[in-house]
Amino acid sequence: MTTNIRGLPGAVVLERFSAWFGSAPALHNIDLAVRPRSVTALIGPSGSGKSTLLRAINRLNEALPGARSNGRLLLDGDNVYEPTVDVSELRQRVGMVFQRSNPFPRTVFDNVAYGPRLNAGLKGRELDDAVEDALRRAALWDEVKDRLRENALTLSGGQQQRLCIARALANRPAVLLLDEPTSALDPQATQRIEELLYDLQPDLTIIIVTHNLHQAARVSRRTALLVDGVLVEEAATDRLFTRPSDSRTEAFITGRFG
Amino acid sequence: MRDVPAGYRHFHDELAVLKQRLLDMSERAESLVALSVEALLERDRDKAIAVIEADEELDRLEVEAENQAIAMLALQQPMARDLRFLIGAIKVSSDLERVGDHAVNIAQCAVRLVDQRTAVPTVPALADMARRARAMLSDALDAFIRGDGALGRAVGKADDDVDAQHESIFRALLADMMGDPQTIAPSLELLLVSRNLERVADLATNIGEDAVYLAEGKQIRHRYDEDAPTPSSNDAT
Repeated sequence: MTTNIRGLPGAVVLERFSAWFGSAPALHNIDLAVRPRSVTALIGPSGSGKSTLLRAINRLNEALPGARSNGRLLLDGDNVYEPTVDVSELRQRVGMVFQRSNPFPRTVFDNVAYGPRLNAGLKGRELDDAVEDALRRAALWDEVKDRLRENALTLSGGQQQRLCIARALANRPAVLLLDEPTSALDPQATQRIEELLYDLQPDLTIIIVTHNLHQAARVSRRTALLVDGVLVEEAATDRLFTRPSDSRTEAFITGRFG
Repeated sequence: MRDVPAGYRHFHDELAVLKQRLLDMSERAESLVALSVEALLERDRDKAIAVIEADEELDRLEVEAENQAIAMLALQQPMARDLRFLIGAIKVSSDLERVGDHAVNIAQCAVRLVDQRTAVPTVPALADMARRARAMLSDALDAFIRGDGALGRAVGKADDDVDAQHESIFRALLADMMGDPQTIAPSLELLLVSRNLERVADLATNIGEDAVYLAEGKQIRHRYDEDAPTPSSNDAT
């Protein structure tokens, strides 16, 4: 199945991918093919390597001391760890949203305009359109269209998180990575983000790390379980949560460990 | 696998209570079937009436078991085996309640036969059929409570024998009725009894299938192809 997915635009494929921080192994020989145009959830106990795997995709781990990796990680069929790869270009194609929303302390407009201005050199009308388009896709436009010149930090927590999603979308990424994007949000704001992910998946490869199993079950089409840096099981979400194949998955999702 | 963490202990305590409820229901359902057939064979009207009255208790237990399972689904949102158990428990309690209804049907036949005061054809196979149906019910419940898929499948196999018995009782009674029109009324009652016992065995088979689903995650009902992909698990590829 891996070979089928590998050639698809937006597919993220890990082949015998391992990662270490210093001498401590964080990911061990991961083989995983993430389907494009769908949401894949990464679940697992704390310290299982979920976030490390997510951050490996846009090479964010290498900012940490002692980080190294082995194996291949393909995006659109190309290994993102080739020395010729431009990391900042990679990060435009692979957007990321974190647990705590982190808007720049600038206006709402400037937050979203940052990428298109810098990377695509857009200005004037084109820039306005790009910002509006990204805010609409992030389901935020109606709430902020009259507040574009206000400081982004005046928005609510849920709005700030959607602003961060809009900021990532403005770069027209192929992949969107989300690391616990709703863990600081109330249920209503959480629901808006989950609906947003559902709406975005026709255009994007979305990978979400979540501690909330029910969120994983709600938002994703595929779910992967990591335990101690090892990929235990990856399957259709409906199957994994009702009839998992691996006894460790069974134990984890029924709360018998982790 | 480590011990159950504290947060889930409550859930597992509740599961134990629900299992006990199902076992109680099963014990009652089996004994109602036994009593109803005894009432029939012994032509004991009082025993038959006792079965009809005792069925209410089974109805009450079904509602209790179902409410408990629904509350656990809503509050604990279980997954995998725990989820399969609760869905199964709801179906099992409904099946056991229907076993009680079949015992009532048999008891009503017994009452009518007593009231008809006519000679009743002897059908020795009925007692044996009742014994088999009860054994199937008991095995099916064991299979479900212990999550024993092999035992669950065995119940389904035993059902073939009960179906064959029902068929042969039907033929024997038909021969009686053709030979002597006087026997038509009581024979029809006995046919109903046989039919109700056959249904009890079918319900035991359902419970056995639920045990297989619980244990193995496989649907074996209606020769359903368990590995056929469902629309939601299709790939984008």
